[in-house]
Amino acid sequence: MDILTVNNITKSYSNHLALSDVSLSIPQQSIFGLLGPNGAGKTTLIRIINQIINADGGTIEVNGERLNPNHIEIIGYLPEERGLYKKMQVGEHLLYFARLKGLKRAEAIKKIKYWFQKLDIPDWMNKKVEDLSKGMQQKVQFVGTVLHDPKLIILDEPFSGFDPINANIIKDEILELREKGSTIIFSTHRMESVEELCDHIALIDRSHKILDGPKKEIKNNYRSKTFIVNHVGDIGGLDGHYELLSSTSLEDDLQETRIRIKDETGSNLLLEHLIGQTKVVGFNEYIPSINDIFIQTVKEGSHE
Amino acid sequence: MSKILLILQREYVSRVKKRSFLLTTFLTPLLFGGLYALAIYFAVKDSGDEYQIKVVDESGYVASRLEDKGVAKFEIVTEAVDSVKKNVEDGKDFGLLYIPKLDLDKPDGIMLYAMNTPGLQLEDDVDDAIEAALERAKMDRIGISQSTLDSLRTKVSIKSVSLSGKAATSGNSSIAGAVGTISGILIYMFMLVYGAQVMRGVMQEKTSKIVEILVSSVKPFQLMMGKILGVALVGLTQFVLWILLTGALLSLAPTLLGVDAHTATEAANHMSVAGASAGNAQAIEAFGKINNVISQINLPLIIGSFIYYFLTGYLFYAALFAMVGSAVDSEADTQQLMLPIMMPIIASFMMLGAVLKDPSGSLAFWLSMIPFSSPIIMMIRIPFDVPVWQLALSMALMILGFLGTTWVAGRVYRIGILMHGAKVNYKVIFKWLMSKQ
Repeated sequence: MDILTVNNITKSYSNHLALSDVSLSIPQQSIFGLLGPNGAGKTTLIRIINQIINADGGTIEVNGERLNPNHIEIIGYLPEERGLYKKMQVGEHLLYFARLKGLKRAEAIKKIKYWFQKLDIPDWMNKKVEDLSKGMQQKVQFVGTVLHDPKLIILDEPFSGFDPINANIIKDEILELREKGSTIIFSTHRMESVEELCDHIALIDRSHKILDGPKKEIKNNYRSKTFIVNHVGDIGGLDGHYELLSSTSLEDDLQETRIRIKDETGSNLLLEHLIGQTKVVGFNEYIPSINDIFIQTVKEGSHE
Repeated sequence: MSKILLILQREYVSRVKKRSFLLTTFLTPLLFGGLYALAIYFAVKDSGDEYQIKVVDESGYVASRLEDKGVAKFEIVTEAVDSVKKNVEDGKDFGLLYIPKLDLDKPDGIMLYAMNTPGLQLEDDVDDAIEAALERAKMDRIGISQSTLDSLRTKVSIKSVSLSGKAATSGNSSIAGAVGTISGILIYMFMLVYGAQVMRGVMQEKTSKIVEILVSSVKPFQLMMGKILGVALVGLTQFVLWILLTGALLSLAPTLLGVDAHTATEAANHMSVAGASAGNAQAIEAFGKINNVISQINLPLIIGSFIYYFLTGYLFYAALFAMVGSAVDSEADTQQLMLPIMMPIIASFMMLGAVLKDPSGSLAFWLSMIPFSSPIIMMIRIPFDVPVWQLALSMALMILGFLGTTWVAGRVYRIGILMHGAKVNYKVIFKWLMSKQ
C-alpha cells in the first residue's frame, strides 16, 4: 500500500522547468530517500506535496485520495530553511505550531510534555528561543514537525546543525517513528545517512526523475561483477574472461586490485585463477555505494 | 478561519506583551497629562519675574510716552549714560535702555544693555513698548488723539453658519479645522507606524525562514491577513488606552496639583486664547465660542468615522506594506519599494492646508474620494459638515480600495515569501502578481 503517489507532476517557473513529468510511489511505513543535486527540483516537489505551491500538471494522491487541505494535518514538514520566532518561549512556540496543524490546546500540551520527556529536555518549556543554541533550536523544530503524529513526515536535511550525538538521537527517533507506522520522506545530501536509513530512494536530476526503487534493488542493478582483491605479490596475468581495472599498492607489500568478470564466469573461478599467481588476502565483491551511484548517474546524465 | 484567529492571537499577544508597546502606551498619556499640568501650573502661578530697566532718553520722544509692558518695568532716569552703564556692570541695576537722538520715521541706534543676555520675552516686550511709544509720538505729531483712533476701529466677530446637512449649525471654522487636523494627523501616524510594523513582521518571518514551516500549515493569505488584523487590533488597543488614560489624567491633573478645579478651567481657557493677548472680555468670549462649537461638533460622528477611516485606511495600506515586506530580503531593500507607497500618504498629509482652506472645494472632494488619500482628507473635512452621500461614497470606495490592495498584496505575498536572493523591483512584483500559483 502506498501512502503517497505522485503522478506525472510538471511544474515550471517563468524562466525554467522545475519538474518534468515526475512520478513516484512511496510505500507506507518506509523511509524514502529523495536525492538529487542542488537545483534538481526536490524542494519544488516537496512544496507541492505540502500544498505550498500548486503543480502545473499531474496529480498527487494521499492514501488513494486526491491531495486536499485536510491532508495538512497528517503531514509533518521540516524544511531545509527553517526558523523560529526568537522572542517566543519554546513551549508557547510548539503549542502554536501544533494548533496550526489542528491540534486542540490540551492535547498539544500533553504531546509537548511527552516529547520533552522523551528527548530529555524537560526544562525547556519556558526558555526563550533566542537563548537556545542552534542545535537546540533544531531539536525544537524536529519536535514541532512530529508533534501532531503525522502519518507522512517530510524531512529536508534533518541532521544539519546537529553534533554526532544529537544526530544519533534524531536518527533513532526517525526509526522509531517508522516502527510506529509513519512514513518518512527524507531529502539529504549526506549519503551515509541514506545508506543507513532509507528503504527506498529516488533520484531527481535537472527536473527529471532518473532513478527510483528499493535501495537494495538499485544497488543490485549497479553491480558490475567487479571484485576487489587484496593480495601480496604481483598478479602475473589474466586471461580473456577478466579485465584488470586498477591496481594500487597499500602499506607493506599489500596491493589492492579491481577485476571485472567480462562474461558468465563465476567468482570462484576467478579466485582459483588468482590463487595460482599470488597470495590472496581478501576477496570481496564491489557493491557500489549510493554515493557512487549518485555521482555516476548524475554525471552520465550531464553528458547526454 | 480559525487559523486566521490563531495567527491573529499570536501577533496580538506577542506585540502587546512587548516592553516598547507598554512604554509608549502608558507613557504617552502621562506625557500629555504632564504637559497639560505643567501649562496649568505656570498659568496659575504668575512667574513674578520682572526686570527693572533704567531708561536714558536723549530723543525726547520716548520717555514721556513709555509704558511698562509684560515683564519689562521702566524707570526714566536723567543721569548720564556712562554712570548708569557702570551701575549695570556692577550689578546694581538689571539693564539700561538707551535711546539716542533719532528720526521718528527711521529710529536707529536704540540699545538695551544688560549683564545677563535678555530673554526673548523681555526683548519682545521692550520692542513692543518702544514701538507703542513711538506710535503715540507720531500720533501726537499729526494731531490724532487716542480716542479718535479708537473710534476708527470697529470690532467684528463673524459667526459662520453651515446650511448643508439636516440642521444648520453655527461653528467656528478654526476649531473645526483643529479637530479635523488632529484626526488627520493621527490617522496618518497610525497608518505609517502600524503599516511599517506589518512590513517588518512579514520581513522577519521571511528572513528568519519561519515562513516555510507556517505555509505548510496555513495558506499564505491566511498568514498575511492574520498578521494585518492582529496588528490592527494592537493599534486599536493602544488608541483606546490612550484616550482612556489621557482622559483620566486630564481630570486628575488639577487635583494632583492642588489647584481647585475652577481656577484650573479658567487658566485653561486663558491659555487657549493666549497669543490673542487680549483682556478678560475677549477671553471669555472666545471661551464661550469654544464651548459652543464643542457642543455643536458631532462627536459621535467624528469618533465613529475616525475609527472607520483608521481601520480601513490602515487595512488599505497595511496590505501594501505586507506586500513590500514579502518581496525583500533585508530592510535595506525596502527603501525603493516603499517610495511609491509612502508618496500618497505623505502627499495627502501635505494637502492638509489646502483642504482646510476650502473643505468643500473640488480638490477636497476628489481627494476624499480616492482611497489613497481619503482616510486623511475625509477626516479633515468631516468637522465641516460633509454631505451624507459624499461620506457614504467615500466609505464604500474605501472598502473597495482595501479589498483591492489586499487582493494584489495576497497574490504577490504568496510568491514573494518563498523567494530568496531575487533582485526585486516593481517589474518583478508585477510579474508575481500576474503569475499563476
